[in-house]
Amino acid sequence: MIDLAIQTEGLTKRLGDAAVVDKLDLAVPQGSVYGFLGPNGSGKTTTIRMLLGLIWPTAGSYRVLGEPMPGANAKVLPKVGALIEGPAFYPWLTGRQNLRRMDAAGSDGQRKTRRERIDAALARVGLAAAANKRFRAYSLGMKQRLGLAAALLRPRSLLILDEPTNGMDPQGTREIRNLVRELAGEGSTVFLSSHLLSEVEQVCTHVGIISVGKMVAQGSVEELRGRGEAMLRVETDDASGAAKVLDRLGLEAITVTGEVVSAQLDGQRPEECNRELVLAGVGVRSLTTDRRSLEDAFVALTGEGFDVAR
Amino acid sequence: MWLAEMSLLFRRVRTRVLILVVALVPVATAIAVRLSGDGPSPGSGPRFFDQITNNGVFAVLAGLTVTLPVFLPLAVAIVAGDAIAGEANLGTLRYVLTRPVGRTRLLVLKGTTLALFCFAATFAVAVAGLIIGAILFPIGDVTTLSGDVLSLPAGMLRIGLAAVLVALSLLGLAAIGLFFSTLTDAPVGAMAGTVGVAILSGVLNAIPQLSALHPFLLTHYWLSFGDVLRTPVYWNQILLNLLVQGVVVAIFATAAWSRFTSKDVLA
Repeated sequence: MIDLAIQTEGLTKRLGDAAVVDKLDLAVPQGSVYGFLGPNGSGKTTTIRMLLGLIWPTAGSYRVLGEPMPGANAKVLPKVGALIEGPAFYPWLTGRQNLRRMDAAGSDGQRKTRRERIDAALARVGLAAAANKRFRAYSLGMKQRLGLAAALLRPRSLLILDEPTNGMDPQGTREIRNLVRELAGEGSTVFLSSHLLSEVEQVCTHVGIISVGKMVAQGSVEELRGRGEAMLRVETDDASGAAKVLDRLGLEAITVTGEVVSAQLDGQRPEECNRELVLAGVGVRSLTTDRRSLEDAFVALTGEGFDVAR
Repeated sequence: MWLAEMSLLFRRVRTRVLILVVALVPVATAIAVRLSGDGPSPGSGPRFFDQITNNGVFAVLAGLTVTLPVFLPLAVAIVAGDAIAGEANLGTLRYVLTRPVGRTRLLVLKGTTLALFCFAATFAVAVAGLIIGAILFPIGDVTTLSGDVLSLPAGMLRIGLAAVLVALSLLGLAAIGLFFSTLTDAPVGAMAGTVGVAILSGVLNAIPQLSALHPFLLTHYWLSFGDVLRTPVYWNQILLNLLVQGVVVAIFATAAWSRFTSKDVLA
């Protein structure tokens, strides 16, 4: 069995009548970069708050770094760096003072190395130049960077980052991506939540997709991609004719959009489809196949559009 | 940790302004007494005012008498209401708790820092009163309310004791504010609630028909600190005040603990 950095069993949180998180079984392997995906309002942040001991689950159990929680909060949390629902600091303190305050708030020693650790964390997120500005004067992206710096103040076995690129420009987003890769390279497990697949797709080794509080898919990126059906896409001047031929061949989910017909191959070979189309007198302008991307899988599992989940 | 908590509070401009404002009250009253020439005639005006012109150290007691009903409770309510709700409002509460700082420990830190603020604000009033009193009026042996004369050092000791008693008088209100602060994520609500309690207690205390209720009111014995200026010190009301404050602190500190350690932190 692989060691799990985070493991939940039947984790449930009810607020009023609604189950915000509903019997969630998370399995985050140690050393992975785990993308926790779901639309807005699907229960991602509530799950993260439970993992960090901020709210109590209604039912279910969970372990972080192998320890049963929330009992082991005091032992486990120093090894966990977190960014929860955006950064939050004291506006009347500077960036550096804020980090000092956060570090001094706990009692697990390491006071001697505080200054170096703060400098290193600030440098790592590219905030060294603005360290002595008041937090009040920070831009959204700078605030986000300071939040990350706080999560990196000490060596962490696990980083829980809730929407880390919120408010960042494309340059900053790329820096975060590199940072996540770096951290994973150093052996930390990174748990990354996002509602944007494109953000996590490039760095994650594992993905969990949550919708309306329920886990709808979980596994390595390859596994999830593999679930996607190969699609056939035909461009033709006789779309209805082509659709008939493909239907006869047993392809599924045939859709016609103008001069384009697409369908799930469902085990048919594309060469065969092409031959049959031509034999039936359908002029084929182009014929392509592609596997479903992770994004298609995500949309198929969670529903498309801008509507929040509830 | 405790140092971090205190520097967080006292580094804040608002905290410094609050202390400055309460300290200005005795300065303003002493200047007013000075400008009015002879000062209030003996026996008239608020307690201790008539003595300021004879002896500047009474500016301390006059300052405490004027600030205790309104200015000090207001300052305490602002800081107390902000203790937990302010952190929740900023969102820093979730980061402090996951740092991790245990909830009980955080509450103890906030509570002790708050108590320290009660003392800091009270002593700001006392020190400002002493300085302005020494500048504007003669300083000398202290005549007690009973008519005896104490040497200046002995008198100063009594006045210092009065300041300590005033600070202790504020602890009950501070505990109530701390409890309110665990109920909400809106610091303004907790502050207003705490000020409301102080006002309500003052109003009820002013209604003679409710005299049966008075001994149980938070503010009823607040002005008992003046009794240290009697010879011998009249302890009865002072001790009752300390008892009321102690009971209120015990009740509301427990309530705050019970609420805060079981609450879902959603802010």
